Amino acid sequence: MSTMNTVGRPTTPNAVGHDYKHPTLTGGRGLLQDEHLIFESDGWGKTGVDLPEPKADGSDLGDLVRRDPIGLPGLSEPEAMRHYVRLSQKNHAIDLAIYPLGSCTMKHNPRLNEKMARLPGFSDIHPLQPQSTVQGALELMDQLAHWLKTLTGMPAVALSPKAGAHGELCGLMAIRAAHRAAGHGLRSDKPRNKVLVPTSAHGTNPATAAFVGYQVVEIAQTEDGRVDIKDLEAKLGDDVAAIMVTNPNTCGLFERDILEISRLTHEAGAYFYCDGANFNAIVGRVRPGDLGVDAMHINLHKTFSTPHGGGGPGAGPVVLSEALAPFAPAPWVVSGEDGFRLEEFAEGEAAQAFGRLCAFHGQMGMYVRALSYMMSHGSDGLRQVAEDAVLNANYIKARLSDLMSAAFPEGPCMHEALFDDEWLKGTDVTTLDFAKAMIDEGFHPMTMYFPLVVHGAMLIEPTETESKQELDRFIEAMRALAQAAKAGDVERFKGAPFHAPLRRLDETRAARQPVLRWTAPEGSNIAAE
Amino acid sequence: MRYLPLTPDDRSAMLAAIGAKSIDDLFVDVPEAARREGFVDLPRVAGELQVERALGAMAGRNVAAGSVPFFCGAGAYKHHVPATVDHVIQRSEFLTSYTPYQPEIAQGTLQYLYEFQTQVANLTGMPVANASLYDGSTAMAEGVLMATRVTRRNKAVISGGVHPHYVAATETVVHAVGVETQVLPAAVDAEADVIAQIGPDTACVVVQTPNVFGTATDVTKIAEAAHAAGALLIVVVTEAVSMGLLKSPGEMGADIVAAEGQSIGNALNFGGPYVGLFACREKLIRQMPGRLTGETVDADGERGFVLTLSTREQHIRRDKATSNICTNSGLCTLAFTIHMSLLGETGLRRLALLNHEAAVKTRDALAAIPGVEVLTPRFFNEFAVRLPKPASEVVERLAEKRILAGVPYGRLAPAAGMDDVLLVAATEITTDADIATLKSALAEVL
Repeated sequence: MSTMNTVGRPTTPNAVGHDYKHPTLTGGRGLLQDEHLIFESDGWGKTGVDLPEPKADGSDLGDLVRRDPIGLPGLSEPEAMRHYVRLSQKNHAIDLAIYPLGSCTMKHNPRLNEKMARLPGFSDIHPLQPQSTVQGALELMDQLAHWLKTLTGMPAVALSPKAGAHGELCGLMAIRAAHRAAGHGLRSDKPRNKVLVPTSAHGTNPATAAFVGYQVVEIAQTEDGRVDIKDLEAKLGDDVAAIMVTNPNTCGLFERDILEISRLTHEAGAYFYCDGANFNAIVGRVRPGDLGVDAMHINLHKTFSTPHGGGGPGAGPVVLSEALAPFAPAPWVVSGEDGFRLEEFAEGEAAQAFGRLCAFHGQMGMYVRALSYMMSHGSDGLRQVAEDAVLNANYIKARLSDLMSAAFPEGPCMHEALFDDEWLKGTDVTTLDFAKAMIDEGFHPMTMYFPLVVHGAMLIEPTETESKQELDRFIEAMRALAQAAKAGDVERFKGAPFHAPLRRLDETRAARQPVLRWTAPEGSNIAAE
Repeated sequence: MRYLPLTPDDRSAMLAAIGAKSIDDLFVDVPEAARREGFVDLPRVAGELQVERALGAMAGRNVAAGSVPFFCGAGAYKHHVPATVDHVIQRSEFLTSYTPYQPEIAQGTLQYLYEFQTQVANLTGMPVANASLYDGSTAMAEGVLMATRVTRRNKAVISGGVHPHYVAATETVVHAVGVETQVLPAAVDAEADVIAQIGPDTACVVVQTPNVFGTATDVTKIAEAAHAAGALLIVVVTEAVSMGLLKSPGEMGADIVAAEGQSIGNALNFGGPYVGLFACREKLIRQMPGRLTGETVDADGERGFVLTLSTREQHIRRDKATSNICTNSGLCTLAFTIHMSLLGETGLRRLALLNHEAAVKTRDALAAIPGVEVLTPRFFNEFAVRLPKPASEVVERLAEKRILAGVPYGRLAPAAGMDDVLLVAATEITTDADIATLKSALAEVL
């Protein structure tokens, strides 16, 4: 209505200036605000929290009191809201569009989980309250353990690891403890000091194995993207402590010979560590326990939907076989006739526990979210999760394979589709350029250059929470870009992104001259440090 | 199922496009012996209402800190968190994004991490801080490992005032790689005892201030002794708010600070997720664990931020990485940085004084009870008392009266022979009425 606008003029596109492209005068662009650092605000001395005037002055602490300025600006509430909302608008998010980062499982994060985790009975309890006052929390941990054990077909679970890599550490330390108990510790006469890791593994696998003191030996991969059994057999021996295999593997393929792999491993006296990052592909359809797995971490922030939060917090409970269960770290929940009890020390029957991985009991906030997710799906819904995740990935693979080169074209993939850069040969466009052009089209790029075994890898994991419509939109964009690359539209890729909040960033400069914090400009009277 | 968008028609059309007859065709690589027909033995799909009821019932069986007079600390503290914090961290763009691997569309995360690193550096009085670790205890373990890399020595001397869980978490990890530890006996006020233990093989000395008994210590002399012997000083802080009142670890000569940031912006959460703060001297940055955000420019010369120095990290260096950490505490760092931005220096200092004030009042009240001996000489917001009875028994009795009176030290270290010691914390949430209730109830049960 014209009365809505006091000037009363309906807007129509102007003929003049139609092709005029220019940077804006202020750095802002439409809804995208140019936002300074909090340290560049005028908030020195300000506070956005109203607190009573303290009566204490700290004089009883004498010389212990901090006298110099700390260097912390303050913002009023409206300023703080604007600052963070402006920043937020520079982020891609699952809630905005498909986030097909292979091996990261960026699925929808249900808001019911957030609501449950914020119930005061879970969020507002102290880890060291008397156990009689946290029976519901211990019950929740016990329930979560029950679901995880049942879904994996494993007899035990250590809940406390705080992320996937922490879970790997937990699993390998249990393995180390078991070998030591059997007289094959690292400093024994007959040490088992090697861990076999396929070349396609996540970087955390060799990093963790080395961290724990093992020598990392790589296992070759076959042409069809699986563990080379012959190479494995040749390298297995009485000096091998464990193999670390991801299944489905990082090429998005199920290890067909997995039963043979675990048989050979066990025959050699080694343990089978499974990286459970890709459990989403098989949950409800395959139980790792049936594959001969001895230890597997489960990223609750992948398969069980706890939010990634820009890089955490995660949670990495580790399921364990009978052989490794006695070595699980403290603490753990025991249920008895008079309720639940938290065992916090390695003593008595649990004397073989390898120690403690962190203060307190792990990521309770993530446990609540994961259980809320599992209860919502139920056993039927979780099986459907795996099926839809695998269906979505195969659909993408089928619809892009005529234009792009699938790394392993034969047979189905699991929950992620892997392409190499063979199809870009002669275009002068790289995997990186292609990824940056996807940003211009409104999509988050797939995982690039991983796994390392595939040249110019593009690993696409859609997850089950993408609709067919969103998949089609993504596929059409990928096809259009592929056609543009092949048609020689190189500029579109080399300079990309053009439409993101920032253009391509200079990462070399950041590493060469690290600037890791804000410091007051010279001559300013702002006190920082 | 409400989270699954595909319809049966979608599934059929997609299977046709793939050229598969049924979903089973896509699982052919699974060995037959491992294929499971039917559903695993767990409940079936449930609506929001059912899940809310089930979880709500479990939550209802716990005593929430906010519902009773509350005095627990020992590494986890209840503070008031402004409403803005929880609102912002639930924004989709922060909650549902990944580690910022594509900086062009992750400047929101990268900029707040840069601001967080600066806040942590200034708060700890250190030149640089990383983008967080899992929690304070794992930060301490990483600090010890880092010190062994820097000094090429193999032993850590740990004060008896360090939180026993922190010591256990550290020993578990560092012993695995052959690093030796020497932990001094538990003592309320003896941080300086580490000095006599420093030798030519000492990589680092680890002290905590305020320590697990609440004692605040000027560690300057310990730093000097460590440095004179070529060792590093690691200062552990489990209550981040304390740095708003007490001299910073940097000012006292720390080389590495490993701290728990839960106190600022984050709820108690029964122990996690929390946020490990990690800061160090500038010359040590290439040995630092965890993610780092750095400033740079884009193709147009605009300032921007990226993850940097990743040649230290597992995804590049694999078995030669400085640490295996990947996912850290992203959203908890956001909560920390928002709360800190709201407080500012003015608010933080005030908050710290209010904490100290509440703890002094609580101490004075308990000291007046016959049989109660206050052990901690100088403290921030927590202190230890000796009771005439086992502390765990007293805490149970008071819990029956709906008072959470503190943490028995014996729960953290059963073998220390200090079962009669109770750790009592007070913060800005502690009211005069809470203190009076605790005082009369404690007097009654003793």
